[in-house]
Amino acid sequence: MGKRILAILVEDRPGVLTRVSGLFSRRGYNIQNIAVGRTMEPGISRMTVTVDADPLTVEQIVKQLNKQINVLKISDLTDEPSVERELLLVKVKAEPAKRTDIQQMVNTFRGRIVDLSPDSMIIEVTGDDVKLKAFLLMMQEFGIKEIVSTGKVALFRGSKITRESKS
Amino acid sequence: MKMTGAQMVLSCLEAENVDVVFGFPGGSVLTLYDEIYKKGLRHILTRHEQGAVHAADGYARASGKPGVVIATSGPGATNLVTGIATAYMDSIPLILITGQVARPFIGTDAFQEADITGITLPITKHNYLVKDLEELPVIFKEAFTIATTGRQGPVLIDLPKDLQAEIGDFHYPHRVEICGYKPTYEGHPGQITKALALLKKARRPLIYAGGGIISSGAHQELLELSQSGAIPVTTTLTGLGSIPYDYELFLGMPGMHGTYAANHAINESDLLITVGARFDDRVTGKIEHFAPHAEIIHIDIDPAEIGKNIVAHIPIVGDIRMVLKEMLKRFRKGETEEWCRKVKEWKNSHPLRYKQEESGPIKPQFVIEELNRHSGGNAIVTTDVGQHQMWTAQYYRFKKPRTLLSSGGLGTMGFGFPAAIGAQVAFPDRLVICIAGDGSFQMNLQELATAVHYQLPVKVAIINNHYLGMVRQWQEMFYEGRYSHSSLDGSPDFVRLAEAYGAKGYRATAVEEVGPVIKKAFNTPGPVLMDFHVDPEENVLPMVAPNTSIVDMIGGE
Repeated sequence: MGKRILAILVEDRPGVLTRVSGLFSRRGYNIQNIAVGRTMEPGISRMTVTVDADPLTVEQIVKQLNKQINVLKISDLTDEPSVERELLLVKVKAEPAKRTDIQQMVNTFRGRIVDLSPDSMIIEVTGDDVKLKAFLLMMQEFGIKEIVSTGKVALFRGSKITRESKS
Repeated sequence: MKMTGAQMVLSCLEAENVDVVFGFPGGSVLTLYDEIYKKGLRHILTRHEQGAVHAADGYARASGKPGVVIATSGPGATNLVTGIATAYMDSIPLILITGQVARPFIGTDAFQEADITGITLPITKHNYLVKDLEELPVIFKEAFTIATTGRQGPVLIDLPKDLQAEIGDFHYPHRVEICGYKPTYEGHPGQITKALALLKKARRPLIYAGGGIISSGAHQELLELSQSGAIPVTTTLTGLGSIPYDYELFLGMPGMHGTYAANHAINESDLLITVGARFDDRVTGKIEHFAPHAEIIHIDIDPAEIGKNIVAHIPIVGDIRMVLKEMLKRFRKGETEEWCRKVKEWKNSHPLRYKQEESGPIKPQFVIEELNRHSGGNAIVTTDVGQHQMWTAQYYRFKKPRTLLSSGGLGTMGFGFPAAIGAQVAFPDRLVICIAGDGSFQMNLQELATAVHYQLPVKVAIINNHYLGMVRQWQEMFYEGRYSHSSLDGSPDFVRLAEAYGAKGYRATAVEEVGPVIKKAFNTPGPVLMDFHVDPEENVLPMVAPNTSIVDMIGGE
């Protein structure tokens, strides 16, 4: 098994997310992470899906996805140089005595404090898996109240792009 | 041109040369049905929506043209589900038009509302909910294009009630560009070269062909490849008829109820040329033991079939007919004489067999052989699912493609009779026989009314063993004879049932009655039901137990 990151360009039609996610569930593939957003082209969205599967299964996933009429293009970013990011919001306990410590930690991880209340704060951090995991580990000692993340997005490095043409 | 949504639907169907639809009216399609009434489009009213979709499927399988179905919203639409899944599994082109509640009511749990596009998402090639009248013509064009090209399949269009009455501009596109849909038709020349090299080298090649041969119309090319290369052929259930039964290198069906020759040929082959087939578990048995000595060439229009169940050494994605034509141009025969001799010897020494005692109970296999004899092997035969289906596959001598219509992938009981109605609609003058079980027939027997209503001369042959025979067989073989709920006490008198509907019914309870009953049925105009009381505990043999090697055949010696 191995983690694969797929970028999927889809037509922005009602139900398209269900078509893609339904395909994963009914064929028994496991989605670890999914993010959906706009592209430069109006009417075309981009899904970034992280799956944990062996290479043959991933090949099947890609072929089955390609059969969906609303799916325009699939790129596998796993083995190519790419930039991956995820945005994380963390609400931590923050009594006045701990705030300086937290602030230092946030600076180390190039995060930002985006909300402050008498006993808690919300911190925004972006990064890849490793960085976000490390950050959460550090925050545990202060007491994490709640977290939310966007799901991972990724682009090829360099000039290579994912275009909406089916081979 | 200005017209209503309902008029647009009729104009789209006309533009696609649809001359018959199968359906059942209801609240959400009243406007559409009003237009059908005014325009006089030929419409076959079945007695259940499931009957309509199987009939359209039978029409499509027999004719090669897409079958068109109309049903109302909610229960009308959900009653189509089994039929849609049946067509999807066997790649049959269907257009399903369902009514939907009016747009303002969608999502409110309105009367007869069901999310049919959501429900049919995994069992359609594609589906649409039309929310804007402007999109209707393009959607129809796309639907017909998607259903009938590439790997064919069912496409559903959900039409809200209010949209059918709305007026708009109509212009039907001649063709559409569908951005996310580009089937590959031409096989990769390099791959074809590699395949040809393997064919030249192979000493024990075998063609394993499936339903794809029939949908791409490649039966002639297939036979040519087999003849010019002296390569034996086995065809799956859905591929039966693509090779004439009497052809000397035809080995019959492989797999769970396959022939000795077919299964042993797979087992010893050094090159398996897989054409339009998908390594279904009923064919392969335990897949780790399947074709252990063979390299595999896999030709299919659907890239996702390649590598799904088995790794292919030479995958070729493309239209089978085009690929085979290309291969034949450059084909060079290998040395296969010894192999052919061996395979023919298996065929001769291990034929399918059963014993009909003159005074004993009627053997179901004998009924099939008699049906074959009296129809000269020229009928269109539909089946339901179970023992009678396998006996039909084994003992009816199919000669031509599109003459066996059977639910292979989904295995849908209740398919055969409505499918026969659809086939008879496509070919009013041909002999159409529905071979059914007493269990399966009762799943859609209400369609007797349809056959009588339109005087469709379908001949139904019920192989009546008073059991859900295949269930009973498995219970006998794998559950120590505990016949849990497989006995069909309480079934009707089928002859009187046929008569109650205004059809003819004949019964055979002794061997000498079988031939005369068939003769009488074939010579009687209109729909006829034949009720053959057969040996209740006859088993389908040979049999390969599930998930074992296909050469471990019970009753195959």
